Amino acid sequence: MTFTDYGFYVLCGTAIVLLATQAVLDPRTFFQVLDFGIADGAIYALVALGYTMVYGIIELINFAHGDIFTLSAVIGSAILGFFTVSENTFSLTEFVTLLLVFPVVMLMIGGINVTIERVAYRPLRNAPRLAPLITAIGMSFIVEGVMYLWHGSAIIHFPDLLPHGPGFQTYIGGVFFTFKDIFVIVAAVILVSLLAVFINASKLGKAMRATAQDRDAAQLMGIDINRTISATFFIGAVLAAAGGIIYGLYFNNLDYHLGFSVGLIAFTAAVFGGIGNIPGAALGGLLIGLVKAFSDNYVGSRWTHIIVFSILIAVLVFRPTGLLGMRVPEK
Amino acid sequence: MSNRVAAPPRSLFARLRLRERIRDRDTAIYGLLLLVALVFPAISLYTSDGSTYLIAVAGHAGTYVLLAIGLNVVVGFAGLLDLGYAAFFAIGAYTYALFASQQLLASPIHHAYHFPFWLMMFVGLIIAASAGAILGFPTLRLRGDYLAIVTLGFGEIVPQVFQNFDQWTGGINAIGGIDQPTLPAWVTGPWAGADSISIVAPFSFSFDPIAYYVLIFILVSVAIVLVNNLQRSRLGRAWMAIREDEVAAAAMGINTVTTKLLAFGIGASFSGFAGAYYGASFGLVSPDDFLFIVSITVLVMIVLGGMGSIPGVIVGAITVYFILNWFLPLLPPAVQSLASSIGLGSLNARSGDWPGLGNETQNVTLLLFGLILVSMMLVRPQGLFPSRVREQELKHATGQEDEAAIEQAHA
Repeated sequence: MTFTDYGFYVLCGTAIVLLATQAVLDPRTFFQVLDFGIADGAIYALVALGYTMVYGIIELINFAHGDIFTLSAVIGSAILGFFTVSENTFSLTEFVTLLLVFPVVMLMIGGINVTIERVAYRPLRNAPRLAPLITAIGMSFIVEGVMYLWHGSAIIHFPDLLPHGPGFQTYIGGVFFTFKDIFVIVAAVILVSLLAVFINASKLGKAMRATAQDRDAAQLMGIDINRTISATFFIGAVLAAAGGIIYGLYFNNLDYHLGFSVGLIAFTAAVFGGIGNIPGAALGGLLIGLVKAFSDNYVGSRWTHIIVFSILIAVLVFRPTGLLGMRVPEK
Repeated sequence: MSNRVAAPPRSLFARLRLRERIRDRDTAIYGLLLLVALVFPAISLYTSDGSTYLIAVAGHAGTYVLLAIGLNVVVGFAGLLDLGYAAFFAIGAYTYALFASQQLLASPIHHAYHFPFWLMMFVGLIIAASAGAILGFPTLRLRGDYLAIVTLGFGEIVPQVFQNFDQWTGGINAIGGIDQPTLPAWVTGPWAGADSISIVAPFSFSFDPIAYYVLIFILVSVAIVLVNNLQRSRLGRAWMAIREDEVAAAAMGINTVTTKLLAFGIGASFSGFAGAYYGASFGLVSPDDFLFIVSITVLVMIVLGGMGSIPGVIVGAITVYFILNWFLPLLPPAVQSLASSIGLGSLNARSGDWPGLGNETQNVTLLLFGLILVSMMLVRPQGLFPSRVREQELKHATGQEDEAAIEQAHA
């Protein structure tokens, strides 16, 4: 065990002791914050997966990913606008529209992300390493620009479709639970499990892992690199789209610039867990959500940003490849 | 005489290609920049009836040129991706703002300091460089993009810290009334509204765009000379070796930690410098001036200009700055007047869902900037004026690949 390992354990230990104290002193608040943090973290996890998959396969920080996330919520709210849905009662209509809006938006956003990769990243695959980073930033501006053109800087309302109100909330041991919290967590768990199965069991998943490990060798083994990378962008966007709609259903308000901050936090989550590592991104998202919730509640929301990024720096100093990242030689 | 070998006839094109030699191109760009920098104030004063607005814009563009030169040391020379460069800029600006305004009177120490700009410029430089070294010391052993994310985190933390310690920094209310630099004597003349050329003493810069323009011109020139020397020095060569292959560089006896730390510190010092100038020239420093978008903008400038190439990043910085602060803001009125002059004036009026051509153009500026970035990068992935050394290496690498392909074909 090296010095940095000690540092890491001391850091974790301090955090656990501090939180445990709060849990004993005021369990009700603690579990309430925990509940909110997990729901929030589940959304970050969905976005972080897209970052980590793209990074794992082409070593690009896809700055446009956060905006793709926002775009999916904006498109989702536009599609829901075509239907006469009621925000107050949850009937068959709402259920069917929800079932419909998820796959439609996921496919659309997947297509958009594949197009972005085709137009802005693929031509630069052999260019200097920072060139695709700049086109990613440009793409982020473009996607934000489209949303700005569409809605301006106004707050966009996302219909509050999920069942809510007196029948769908309860106090368990003094902690307030809503159906929405459960929905977000369950949906995220299902999506992440599906992704894990896909990556580990399917042929395309295997191709993706191979390409991430060594692109040239994968190509020599007969893997279609372009198709695999497109598939990665597609799946990343599908998860972000699901995250976007879930975000809309959960928080109900967003604006064109939302993807910037969510993307920053989600990317941080991906690095936190060890970038390129899929379980790491899910874990990182969850932890960042928890850190944010605890810090909002116990320290004050104006310190949250500082705390999140300080923890990030500290973790990276003691664990240079993130929580679950492997020590791999640089390519 | 008659047996002298006749020089082969050379087309204009062939003669122009002489320019491809390293020194020629860079010298030409420097010469052109110098000429533009010297002629620009006169022309802009002449064409805009003595309005100094454009000169002020150019002065602020100079801040970004300094930032780009500094970030180029970190990213272009040493190959360390820094996504939080604005943090050092903020540190420089706040260092000057705190010790050259009434701000600290309201703070717990109840005493305002007014140190001169010329001193604080170097203090800001040293403090920013120290901040770079302190951040770099534990984190520089991180590889590749983990370092990028640490710098990104640092860039997020610093402005927020300045905002939250509002007892000291005024928080989101910003620090205003920052001292202007003063000089014992200065030349005044018709360009500054005086009747004749004379010497004023003592002279305060007091928001005189021309004085600031001269100052930033001198600062940028000094910075250019410094980084050019740095690039050719032992340290500069060590940076490039690390950029190309860190393991090989270490094997050649380069102390990679010290070398990277120096890149970080020296890069940061330029932005500390720029920060002090920024504080003085705007007279106002707010935490919102140093957000992530500033770091991103500077990064865009250097990549677009051509990483590692000093004239390239200067051109990149000026281009991006003028696109963002001159071209895009002036576009809506320009489009409006164009529409009127070609008989489509009706488009300018607001009707129903149509917000009017001017407003609509305003709405697409973000989109347009994104399109400009993407298309410029696709057309020139290596940047406008890439570093010659770098380009030769890349060419050489592809040449080797071609050879390998030929060998394969013959095998």
